[in-house]
Amino acid sequence: MQELINRTKELLADGTVARVLGWRRGDLPTNPEPAYFNDGESLSEFVYNGFCGANLSKYMIEASELDGRTLVFLKPCDTYSFNQLLKENRVDREKAYIIGVGCKGKISEASLNAIGIKNVIDVKGAELTDACDTLTIETLTGNTTCAYRDAMLERCHVCRGKEYVVYDELIGDSADTVDGDRFDEVRKIEAMSPEERFAFFKAELSKCIRCNACRNVCPACSCRKCVFDSTKFDSAQKANSDSFEEKMFHIIRAFHVAGRCTDCGECSRVCPQGIPLHLLNRKFIKDINTLYGDFCAGESAEGATPLTSFTFGDAEPGTV
Amino acid sequence: MYKIAKENLPDLYEAIAETNTLYIPVKKAGQTNFEQWTRSAEVDIKTLKTVKSPKDAFFPQSENLYTCGKEGKKITITLEALTDESFVVFGMKACDVRGVEVLDKVFLAEPVDTFYAARREHGIIVAMACNEPELSCFCKVFGIDCTEPSGADVITWLIGDELFWRPVTEKGEMLTDSVKRLLSDGDDAAVEAKREEISKIVSKIPNMRLSLDGWGRDDKLERFNSPLWEDLYKPCIACGTCTFVCPTCQCYDIKDYDTGHGVQRYRCWDSCMYSDFTLMAHGNNRTSQMQRFRQRFMHKLVYFPTNNDGMYSCVGCGRCVNKCPQNLNIVKVIKAFKKEGV
Repeated sequence: MQELINRTKELLADGTVARVLGWRRGDLPTNPEPAYFNDGESLSEFVYNGFCGANLSKYMIEASELDGRTLVFLKPCDTYSFNQLLKENRVDREKAYIIGVGCKGKISEASLNAIGIKNVIDVKGAELTDACDTLTIETLTGNTTCAYRDAMLERCHVCRGKEYVVYDELIGDSADTVDGDRFDEVRKIEAMSPEERFAFFKAELSKCIRCNACRNVCPACSCRKCVFDSTKFDSAQKANSDSFEEKMFHIIRAFHVAGRCTDCGECSRVCPQGIPLHLLNRKFIKDINTLYGDFCAGESAEGATPLTSFTFGDAEPGTV
Repeated sequence: MYKIAKENLPDLYEAIAETNTLYIPVKKAGQTNFEQWTRSAEVDIKTLKTVKSPKDAFFPQSENLYTCGKEGKKITITLEALTDESFVVFGMKACDVRGVEVLDKVFLAEPVDTFYAARREHGIIVAMACNEPELSCFCKVFGIDCTEPSGADVITWLIGDELFWRPVTEKGEMLTDSVKRLLSDGDDAAVEAKREEISKIVSKIPNMRLSLDGWGRDDKLERFNSPLWEDLYKPCIACGTCTFVCPTCQCYDIKDYDTGHGVQRYRCWDSCMYSDFTLMAHGNNRTSQMQRFRQRFMHKLVYFPTNNDGMYSCVGCGRCVNKCPQNLNIVKVIKAFKKEGV
């Protein structure tokens, strides 16, 4: 972390960047928050460790409107989101100075809770310079340890890799975290009968409270004004009126980000009700791969994409 | 004081549900929330905090107010019926009961909200002491005693293999009478010992000692004008998570739904975090996310106590602390002002 701070101070001091977008230490080790730093002094609160799961690329839409360059820290997966935003002309490459930061998988308090570890007061073993294989945890009720990977976010178990698709410089090592197949869960759902599948999504999506966290955190949801926020639209974005409407919201959203979703996993990370929203997007990704050949949104900021270009060889409607 | 063996709780739920609609924490697809009890429901009274607060029982997230229809040249207006059957909310925690008392200040003041008033009249609260308060809890800051919830009709304690049951109001006595065949006499000493045990956990939670110095009704413009907000709001993604899991957030919007053959006028929870919050024909008086973010905390910690004899409209349940996507929360806001000495 010190290496990140030192380099950042240099870039601020020599005027390369006007500000820094990173993470600030929280009041607990488990809750750092995204933050801007405007000077070297404020960097005393800077933090980067396993709990910094937030994808900062979407904040760069706003930062692109500010004077001067913004230094932004992007993890390998975050760079795909940034590149996709670049492709859609939503961020300005000239306004960004990207430091690709190493990543050994991201962990969260929610994941710790899921394995029965609650009330976490202190955590050791989650710094980028740590091996990140075991966490030593102090809780309100005593000390415990757990495997680092047991506290990892779902997306890190199926991480796409350590490659950065856009950056100015790189700091820190990354680790292989993959221990599952990205499409396994999708295959399980595909194998269900339509009735089972409907019941599965009904149970999950009926938990939705219409907080819109999935939409607001999503780097692919970057419309200046969302159709669901329109006052002329019959279906209010905040009305939790019946389970059908929730399904409609999530399905429309999945369609809208299809071909542009980089599978960054933020939607599932932020859902207060633990809805596995990434599954909808992954089904689209899997289908696109099957019908048009392997494609990865955000891999390139240039060129045609399967769903926005036409060829005579395209799949006909009703193929899937 | 009464008690019932934990293994007989399904019979208790059944007995309550004979004459009341019963809302209770139910686990569905991995998450626990208050739901209407059915025989097949997976009741979960062990989880300390439901994702959403139980305020829906009194103030649902969406509800119809009236429906307009058109038959030929005749227009009909049908008012939505008020709740007229009793219901029980089982397992509310001390913070959530205080949350309802906060809502009372808003909805039972003139002009009385008849939908809410009808639910309060017919609702019976069976509260439960918190067995294991968590690190994110800070109810004590607001004078709430999680070892013995106040404001409920019945107070219960889960102790070992038994649920202890104490009616504290007339409504609570009536409910107790209707299920008495399932209860046996309980002993106050066991409850006192449990309360002591819980208090020990409370004393270990740092945020229970959070200072509210400078907040409350004394402050007017100093906090409002603080440059800190400009820094604090920045990571906010303007979702409604904090407001929708909150037991006291009470803002709502009124909208019309075109049914194709009429109009359904309904209200739904609003969120001060949303861009269309307080949007009116002339525009919006809060034009930035900073202003909307500031509104939430100023409302809970300054405006509400100013207008309600010092009562804060935060109850320290800590749901927003657990659920904010970007780890912002009211505790951090309070601590940030303390640090700056504002």
